[in-house]
Amino acid sequence: MLRLEGVTKRFGELVAVNDLSLNVAAGSISAIIGPNGAGKSTVFNIVSGIYRPSAGEIFFEDARIDGWPTHRIAAAGIARTFQNIRLFSFMAAIDNVLAGEDAHLHARLWDSLLHTPRQRREEKAARERARELLRFVGLEGVAETYARNLPYGSQRRLEIGRALASRPKLLLLDEPAAGMNPREKGELADLVAAIRERGITVLLIEHDMGLVMRVSDEITVLDYGQRIASGKPAEIRSNPRVIAAYLGTAVA
Amino acid sequence: MIYLYFLVAIAVVIAAQRLNDLRAKRVLFLLLGAALLCAPLFDRNDATFNVLADAGIFVLLALGLNIVVGFAGLLDLGYAAFFAIGAYAYAMMASPQFNLHLPFWLLLFLAAAFAAIFGIILGAPTLRLRGDYLAIVTLGFGEIVPQIFQNLTKYTGGPNGIGALDFPSFFGRSFGQSTIPYYYVVLALIALALFFAYNLRDSRLGRAWMAIREDELAARHMGINTTAVKLAAFALGASFSGLAGVVFAAKLSLVSPDLFQFQVSVLIVSMLVLGGMGNIPGVIVGALVLVLVNNVVLPQANTIAASAGLHVDFGNYHFFIYGAILVGIMLFRPEGLLPSRQRKEELHHAAA
Ligand SMILES: Nc1ncnc2c1ncn2[C@@H]1O[C@H](COP(=O)(O)OP(=O)(O)OP(=O)(O)O)[C@@H](O)[C@H]1O
Ligand SMILES: [Mg+2]
Repeated sequence: MLRLEGVTKRFGELVAVNDLSLNVAAGSISAIIGPNGAGKSTVFNIVSGIYRPSAGEIFFEDARIDGWPTHRIAAAGIARTFQNIRLFSFMAAIDNVLAGEDAHLHARLWDSLLHTPRQRREEKAARERARELLRFVGLEGVAETYARNLPYGSQRRLEIGRALASRPKLLLLDEPAAGMNPREKGELADLVAAIRERGITVLLIEHDMGLVMRVSDEITVLDYGQRIASGKPAEIRSNPRVIAAYLGTAVA
Repeated sequence: MIYLYFLVAIAVVIAAQRLNDLRAKRVLFLLLGAALLCAPLFDRNDATFNVLADAGIFVLLALGLNIVVGFAGLLDLGYAAFFAIGAYAYAMMASPQFNLHLPFWLLLFLAAAFAAIFGIILGAPTLRLRGDYLAIVTLGFGEIVPQIFQNLTKYTGGPNGIGALDFPSFFGRSFGQSTIPYYYVVLALIALALFFAYNLRDSRLGRAWMAIREDELAARHMGINTTAVKLAAFALGASFSGLAGVVFAAKLSLVSPDLFQFQVSVLIVSMLVLGGMGNIPGVIVGALVLVLVNNVVLPQANTIAASAGLHVDFGNYHFFIYGAILVGIMLFRPEGLLPSRQRKEELHHAAA
């Protein structure tokens, strides 16, 4: 579904991602792990169009997407969350989700200006879907609360809800469990599984090994921008290079 | 007497803001509208309606700029450029200048369209800029446009501008020297502007503006086409200003470059800051208060000073006075007199 071929990203002297090839299978939950500064978030930023790769190619469902503007990549079916949450802070939770639906709304300038019947119908249906999504991520009670005023764990879930609103085929989650307590992490694992049930492919970056091992089908390990291993959780857990580079003895 | 109009209007707008019920709000606005419509039946003082029409023109300008700055978060310091474009459009196409005498009503429409197109032309180069940089570039455009009108002497009459503009007419009846017909036109345009502004706010486009104002990068990741959305803000905001320009020019029967200097842009931004950026009732109140100070209080202060034998022109101090008002607002109520819930919380959080 998503294929990176020889992707490199340089920031001046620094090679943040180095000749990375990666294949994310449709319907899978895949993970990218690696020490701090390994280049994981940079991979997301390249895939979602914030950065252009310095070299290499990116394919999404056979379309070559590197160089596309971000909003077009989003409209093509790739949604994401951010390591340091980037919600629309002073918009209600439900408006955050509705903003996520933007690419699927048809209201033109005139519809917005005149509130045509078509605009009203569409807005009503969109609101209904947004409520459903809030329910799905467990935030039905706080639809009208400003994103900024939600507790941290809820903000992370709202960001996922907002991303889902854009009806992605592929969802990129950058450290979704950061700052969550064990109970919240458990709920997050269930949520990720439920998202896959909806037919959405998930690619996540995560430092919490327990969570990664539990939810992932396929794991890629980055170190200094390079892939040092990839495989099933069990293989990764016992891979000596991985243990040496990153995991230490904690997981083995 | 003139104070009464301003105070009633301001009071009603504030009351409308306090009401939560949308229908009650609408009723209140309609009542105010009806009262203003009937006012000329009881009050025949032309000067009063001249001031009120001017106030209305600035309400229009404030509502337009509010779309750009308040809704979309694009700080535009050259907004008077579009006001000038609207005014010159009327002056050039309804005057002896080129012997064109297109009807006022057609020109309202055309000028709104022109201004919108220029909104896009001037907005396009700024799309990648934000905050301070955007402010500086728009400030530049705001300076360039009147300058161009000043230098294209052959077409625009240069520094003297264009005079003897046509009186508009309504079903064959000329507006003549009375200011009351302009007052009615302005009321109608404000009603239209309010209808559009509220609709926009509660729509797909309004939500997209809010999103780019909050976090442009995240908005782009949601599939929002930030280029299109920003250009729509520039175009729509400018079109309000184009309308205001036509009425302004027709009422004055004259345009000249110095009517659209930087200070006009600053005045409109000040109205937003004073009233409460992003909040429709707020910016109306901001516009009314500053017009009241500028067009009523200061001239009266002059008269009083003159009768006391002093020769000061308070008009010369108006920048000082706005400055003082703005500093006061920043110190005591940074969210403006009548802020939106959003802006209030934003500043509350920023301070915390
Ligand atoms: N825009 C940028 N300009 C310069 N250097 C950057 C930029 N973005 C990332 N880097 C550098 O690239 C390297 C990889 O960063 P990245 O954020 O991808 O790491 P990461 O694997 O996500 O780390 P973490 O686990 O801490 O989130 C780091 O050394 C970082 O400082
Ligand atoms: Mg990271």
